[in-house]
Amino acid sequence: MATDKQQESHLVDEVETTGHEWDGIQEYNNPLPRWWLYTFYVCIIWSVGYWLLMPTWPLVSDFTRGYLGYSQRASVARDIEEARAAQSVYTDKIEKLSLADIRKDSELMEFAVAGGRSAFGVNCIQCHGSGASGGIAYPNLNDDDWLWGGDIEAIHQTIKFGVRSDHEDTRFGDMPAFLKDEILTASEISDVAEFTLTLSGQKADAASVARGAPIFAEQCAACHGPAGKGLREFGAPNLTDNIWLFGRDKSVIVQTVSNGRAGVMPAWSTRLDPVTVKQLALYIHVLGGGE
Amino acid sequence: MSFRYLLKPSDRVACAWIAASKDSERELSMSGKANEAGMGAPIVVGACLAFGAILGLGMASKAVDSGIYFHGLLFFVACLAGGVALIGKVSRDRSGANDRNTRYNDGVIRAGVIASTFWGIIGFLVGLTIALQLAFPELNFDTPWTNFGRLRPLHTSAVIFAFGGNVLIATSFFVVQRTCQAKMEAEYGAWFVFWGYQLFIVFAATGYVLGITQSKEYAEPEWYVDIWLTIVWVAYLLVFLDTLRRRKEPHIYVANWFYLAFIVTVAMLHIVNNLAVPVSMFGSKSYTLLSGVQDALTQWWYGHNAVGFFLTAGFLGIMYYFVPKRAERPVYSYRLSIIHFWSLIFLYIWAGPHHLHYTALPDWAQTLGMTFSIMLWMPSWGGMINGLMTLSGAWDKLRTDPVLRMLVVSIAFYGMSTFEGPLMAIKAVNALSHYTDWTIGHVHSGALGWVAFVSFGALYHLTPVLWKRDRLYSLALVNVHFWIATIGIVLYITAMWVSGILQGLMWRAYDNLGFLEYSFVETVEAMHPFYVIRALGGGMFVIGALIMAYNLIRTIRGDVRDEPSQVPAAVPAASS
Repeated sequence: MATDKQQESHLVDEVETTGHEWDGIQEYNNPLPRWWLYTFYVCIIWSVGYWLLMPTWPLVSDFTRGYLGYSQRASVARDIEEARAAQSVYTDKIEKLSLADIRKDSELMEFAVAGGRSAFGVNCIQCHGSGASGGIAYPNLNDDDWLWGGDIEAIHQTIKFGVRSDHEDTRFGDMPAFLKDEILTASEISDVAEFTLTLSGQKADAASVARGAPIFAEQCAACHGPAGKGLREFGAPNLTDNIWLFGRDKSVIVQTVSNGRAGVMPAWSTRLDPVTVKQLALYIHVLGGGE
Repeated sequence: MSFRYLLKPSDRVACAWIAASKDSERELSMSGKANEAGMGAPIVVGACLAFGAILGLGMASKAVDSGIYFHGLLFFVACLAGGVALIGKVSRDRSGANDRNTRYNDGVIRAGVIASTFWGIIGFLVGLTIALQLAFPELNFDTPWTNFGRLRPLHTSAVIFAFGGNVLIATSFFVVQRTCQAKMEAEYGAWFVFWGYQLFIVFAATGYVLGITQSKEYAEPEWYVDIWLTIVWVAYLLVFLDTLRRRKEPHIYVANWFYLAFIVTVAMLHIVNNLAVPVSMFGSKSYTLLSGVQDALTQWWYGHNAVGFFLTAGFLGIMYYFVPKRAERPVYSYRLSIIHFWSLIFLYIWAGPHHLHYTALPDWAQTLGMTFSIMLWMPSWGGMINGLMTLSGAWDKLRTDPVLRMLVVSIAFYGMSTFEGPLMAIKAVNALSHYTDWTIGHVHSGALGWVAFVSFGALYHLTPVLWKRDRLYSLALVNVHFWIATIGIVLYITAMWVSGILQGLMWRAYDNLGFLEYSFVETVEAMHPFYVIRALGGGMFVIGALIMAYNLIRTIRGDVRDEPSQVPAAVPAASS
């Protein structure tokens, strides 16, 4: 043993060691600290008390139920029922009244918008963003540019049945893939894209624009309108307002025309209850762009 | 473990008799083979390696997926490399180049110190990477191999099993020989444990990155890797027991109780939790034997006791040797050792269900998990008391010995996280803390503060002893490591406390009309600053570990840094 055991004048040195030594390590034979032992006892007694009150020990086909008869399932079911009951003053009315009538009742509107905001946070922000400001391919819901209509009924219908969803009443529009389906050639698409730029006042090559104008009239005006103002029946965007779903650059427009677009929004009536869908519509409507 | 002897230390006659009989037994078995290397063991090892090589090649040739193809080839190459190493060793043994008459078998421990340091740095770096990925998701780089989902188990396995496991194996081999005054004679066995364990780590790590996982937390490796680890672990148990059997000391030192509890329990946990049915004998995929809530409970019985027996009992073994050794003071209380050991062992195994509060797990199991966690508080603290009180009369050493300071701070973190654990196991607290960053903070106060610090202390102590150096290259650098890592830990866990509680409160916030106040993504957004602070703390911890690696390498090379005298050069090489 190389360790030098200096006898320092400390109280602990007066306690005996157990008399063993392992590689120079000895052990004092100090008693268990009282506070440690009593705290240990208290923890045990507390636990036994808890066992008497709560479901604890498994038996052959059952378990000890405990004096309080607590059940996690029953407890959460009760909580949910209470929460539903507390809201039912409003939710019952929302279910029965038309959207227009709800809008006339300011107290009910406050509740519906709060509920819509909460449901939006859970279900919609994944695509439309937490501020409902959208992103590439996902419309901004704060502005007054609506693909399928911005009055309360139109918004409600869009949420209920979705866009190009699997619901039979879905909203549906088709932007063809003009290049892929060989409707137009690449140079024609380039020309019509140049023309499209001019609709929103962007700079474009004059010669291309001249070639593109008749193509637009022939291929695009049916849905987007002769002046490019869009058509809500088909969800065809207004091309003149400088609000772009995919991007304002020519390259993006060429891509859109070449390959088409077919964004999808699910039908929420199959996922959420009618009251929540109504609340969502009312919330979206008051965001700023409602008509 | 003979309790009667443990409780009656004055029973010297019996002790002396046992010691004497053991000695004579040993003399007998040792006689006639002093420096002679037998050929029995190498032949058996060689045959196993040949069988392994064929098995690996067979797996690869019939592989039904690319993962097992790669791992079969890896096993084949590993067995070939083992064969080359075996031939080298045998020829060195026969030419007498290996000194077989050393008092202790330290070669494998030296390898363990190097492996621990290496895997530690890898594990910490991957941890820093995923911490940064959480703060800045672009760092996932949009490839499957660098995705958070694959790197996270790489981090947890690297730090727990690669770093922690190597520290445990190395220190247990060191401690058991010293405290038994017996050489670890199973030389091939010890080397098999070491290299077999490294191969397990490589199997697991490459598997994760390639997407091979059975999706059980801390038990991600698939069935064939589990079988391999079982073989290695049984060998570990046998080597440890064999050395224990050869002891010259009449009693088994407390550190060895903890090591043995760790080895035995981890074997049981590993086997039960990994019971699975492979889809094909030549494929990596398997399905777990249990399903639903039974599977969940088994998983957390495993998961919690991996914490209890791998990260607590095993590292308490480290604490019980290195703290009194370094402080040069007797352990505070032998009686406390006994009581807290057995109460810890008995109570820990019940606490797992607290990981499944408010789930499909029946109420009664949740109650048991919670109450046993609370009863576990004092048994856990028994180790803290014994460690800290051992310093009585030697507190002044904390000023001069940064290695001891590291060990003592590790005990303080141990005490803190073993208080926090029972607290978080209380259902009312758990309702707030579960699934939040608070859990991550709790784990890291234990992992960085306790497990890593006690490991660092042990590595700093072991390196000069194992390489027969007078002292570490630089105690000043240990001091730098200590402070940078401590500040890193404090940043890490405080960030996670604040973030976790904030997260929990945001999740449960309702407005006055009864609607959820925040969307999930808003809570994620709110976490960002804390994730940045966490990554900063983690980065400091990594830097500390790199400083340690540098210090250890210089120590191994035999360099000594000229340092001012207030840091004493007193690192006793002890009785090695």
